[in-house]
Amino acid sequence: MLWGCAWCASIESSMSEVTRGKVSAGLARRRRKERLFRLCGMLATTVGIVFLVVFFADLIGKGSSAFRQTFLRLEISFDTAVIAPQGSIDLQYADFDLLARNALRDLFPDVSGRNPLRELNRLLSVGAGYQLRDMLQQDPGLLGSVQSVWLPASSSVDMLRKGNIDASIDAALRPISDAQLAWVAALQRDGRLELRWNRAFFSNGDSREPELAGIRGALMGSFYMLLVTLALALPIGVAAAIYLEEFAPRNRWSDLIEVNINNLAAVPSIVFGLLGLAVFINWATLPRSAPLVGGLVLALLTLPVIIIASRAAIKSVPPSIRDAALGLGASRMQVVFHHVMPLSLPGMLTGAIIGMSRALGESAPLLMIGMVAFIVDVPGGFSDPATALPVQIYLWADSPERAFAERTSAAIMVLLGFLMLMNLAAVVLRKRMEQKW
Amino acid sequence: MQGNTLILILAATSVVAFFMGRARSLKLAGAPRIRGALHSLPGYYGYFTAIWCLLPALLVLSLWLSLESRLIIALLVEQLPAAQQALSAGELNLLLNNIQNLANGDAISGTADAMLQDAASRYSSYMIASRRLLAVVTLAVAGIGGVLAWRRVHPALRARNKVEQIVLVLLVAASSIAILTTIGIVLSVVFEALRFFQKVPLSEFLFGLNWSPQTAIRADQVGSSGSFGALPLFAGTLLITSIAMVVAVPVGLMTAIYLAEYSSRAVRAAAKPLLEILAGIPTVVYGFFAALTVAPWVRRAGEALGLEVASESALAAGLVMGVMIIPLVSSLTDDAINAVPSAMRDGALGLGSTRSETMRKVILPAALPGIVGGVLLAISRAIGETMIVVMAAGLAANLTANPFAAVTTVTVQIVTLLVGDQEFDSAKTLAAFALGLMLFTVTLSLNVVGLRVVRKYREQYE
Repeated sequence: MLWGCAWCASIESSMSEVTRGKVSAGLARRRRKERLFRLCGMLATTVGIVFLVVFFADLIGKGSSAFRQTFLRLEISFDTAVIAPQGSIDLQYADFDLLARNALRDLFPDVSGRNPLRELNRLLSVGAGYQLRDMLQQDPGLLGSVQSVWLPASSSVDMLRKGNIDASIDAALRPISDAQLAWVAALQRDGRLELRWNRAFFSNGDSREPELAGIRGALMGSFYMLLVTLALALPIGVAAAIYLEEFAPRNRWSDLIEVNINNLAAVPSIVFGLLGLAVFINWATLPRSAPLVGGLVLALLTLPVIIIASRAAIKSVPPSIRDAALGLGASRMQVVFHHVMPLSLPGMLTGAIIGMSRALGESAPLLMIGMVAFIVDVPGGFSDPATALPVQIYLWADSPERAFAERTSAAIMVLLGFLMLMNLAAVVLRKRMEQKW
Repeated sequence: MQGNTLILILAATSVVAFFMGRARSLKLAGAPRIRGALHSLPGYYGYFTAIWCLLPALLVLSLWLSLESRLIIALLVEQLPAAQQALSAGELNLLLNNIQNLANGDAISGTADAMLQDAASRYSSYMIASRRLLAVVTLAVAGIGGVLAWRRVHPALRARNKVEQIVLVLLVAASSIAILTTIGIVLSVVFEALRFFQKVPLSEFLFGLNWSPQTAIRADQVGSSGSFGALPLFAGTLLITSIAMVVAVPVGLMTAIYLAEYSSRAVRAAAKPLLEILAGIPTVVYGFFAALTVAPWVRRAGEALGLEVASESALAAGLVMGVMIIPLVSSLTDDAINAVPSAMRDGALGLGSTRSETMRKVILPAALPGIVGGVLLAISRAIGETMIVVMAAGLAANLTANPFAAVTTVTVQIVTLLVGDQEFDSAKTLAAFALGLMLFTVTLSLNVVGLRVVRKYREQYE
């Protein structure tokens, strides 16, 4: 450092006092600007992260309660006179609801009159009867016995129990009457009202009743759709990438394909929906709302993603491997299929998983091809009418009931969970199989 | 026979063909009469046989399935009574639907009279006959193809070359699907848009100030003559896009600068994946958040300031869209900054400029083309974004620049016009395709320019 100081001194002597004054006068201002700039950068970085935190907090705050559901414990007597007047149960037409209604009425014997009774019955979900029917179907021996059964409460009771209904406001403004409030309080005192695991959410299809609505139908729809997408997009994408990287001559046609793929990756997804509507549904007359058509559209949508990822993977295989194989007498096709493809497979699969996760979250093109219908049945095949999980979220987000907002958030949590799993798988795959050359 | 079983049988047949072809090649090579080694590995003779067994059969199968329903319906219509044949296209369609539903045992509209029953039974018998014939024909084609190929197996046959030729053709076909998709998009959008412009003049669509696409079903209906001036939609799209850009560009830019220049390694390692999560959240989720959380906040904040805020304000949708685009802007900026040679950066620092001065006066100007290209891509993304605006922006077409008012966008209108049942002859449905054409043209040109700028710039320094 000694020679440095000597050097400084020589500069100092040659530098005029004026310049030095200028520099040092501006120094404070420049440092201030530097700090400001740095602060701006820090703030900008926190914006995204703060949004994430707020978003997840809001989501979990809104949605986590949907995984638990209010149930009512009732002493159900499977009365032969009610459900099997002729001696055998007619599972389709017997009045199972009446069993639940009778049990509820036994708890409040002093309620009488048409309207109060109706109000009392509204504490129970309309799904209560179905649950009793399923119980009897599984075990016909229950007929004539008395069982203690947990039955789903109606969504307004559920909302009250979860604290989403303010009992102090005017009775006309809340979805639950004063009498119902009193009954709920009494049931709660007796320990007959309980929050239990909401199985219906994972085992039911869509429903107009929030307490019965579930995501199974949407999940199965998404599953079938992704199956179609994967079956089409992966082989076609890998084949296209192999051709473009290994065989395509450098000419206009290849350039055109390349530009095309890059542009397709940036085309708004809704335009793919228009394509699906005009070509697959209107022209090829494929069924509307079917996972098959959704899968086709999503395959076209994810194809560029998979092609781009696969090309990068193929590019990363060093040429020495190709040269060695060619030198040993392999044909070009053998080089590709025996050596390059196995080596780049992890990269291709990572691309495929990322493409699939994009397809899973996509909803705009599905709106175009009719996958927004209200569908109760769980789809069982590729041409059954179905919705997808993101579309189900869209549909529920539009519903005015408070209880649906909770379910929407829960469905989003499930969707994000799946996406995270897929991305985690991609990361693990990349880490595990990554090869350094 | 079900289509799935047929495909399974075909697959099984081709597997058998593979082994038979392979076995024959080995046998012939070992036969004393022929003498001479195989030209290719035995497996290639197997593939050769299997391909000739499978490919023609699959071709026949797909052709058959794509033409089947048209032919059957044409046959069905021909045999309907004259009165039904004279029906209009729409009514005939309804009738055919009824016939198909009746044949499938689904609910039908109206009563199932004798004519309908008759037609339905004819329809199902045609379907059954067609499927049986299909199975026979496909399996016959598979068998003939397999046997012919099998007989051609000979040690001198250049099986590997032939198989590789076919594989190459398949590879080319796969890579042209990208082009076919683009052509499909252009054709499907342009055709319907042209039909729309026959009903509504282009000038009215582009410059008209009034958008109310509801057309009257009956002639005497009031108030729904349908007007297709799309200018308010363009203005609304522009408004929301600008709000999004006002959020995304500065934040994305500064994030990239901070992470590249200032932050410690640990902060970068934590912040980058978090921002990637932001990019991975589905748009429908952003839409839900915008509609149910951000929009009420914006409204409350506006009311606290004494402003009148619509519940579906452009601001809420734009803000959330901006957050969604932050990762895109920041990653493209990051690329552009990293492409600037470090000699420039070192030179500026060596001359005594502060880090922010280096960034603002040297690196950013040098990286500007790349950043502009990235911003163009981000704008294209914002214009084409659908779910956020469908859920959080309004439906009424207002021509306003007030961010607190409700506006509608091109994508929202496409969705509202096309969700539900459509007839492909009303101006209302076709208008969606005209909007789609506009959207595709604008985003495509933004993408082409943006991608070109980004790439050209990257090459310049490499």
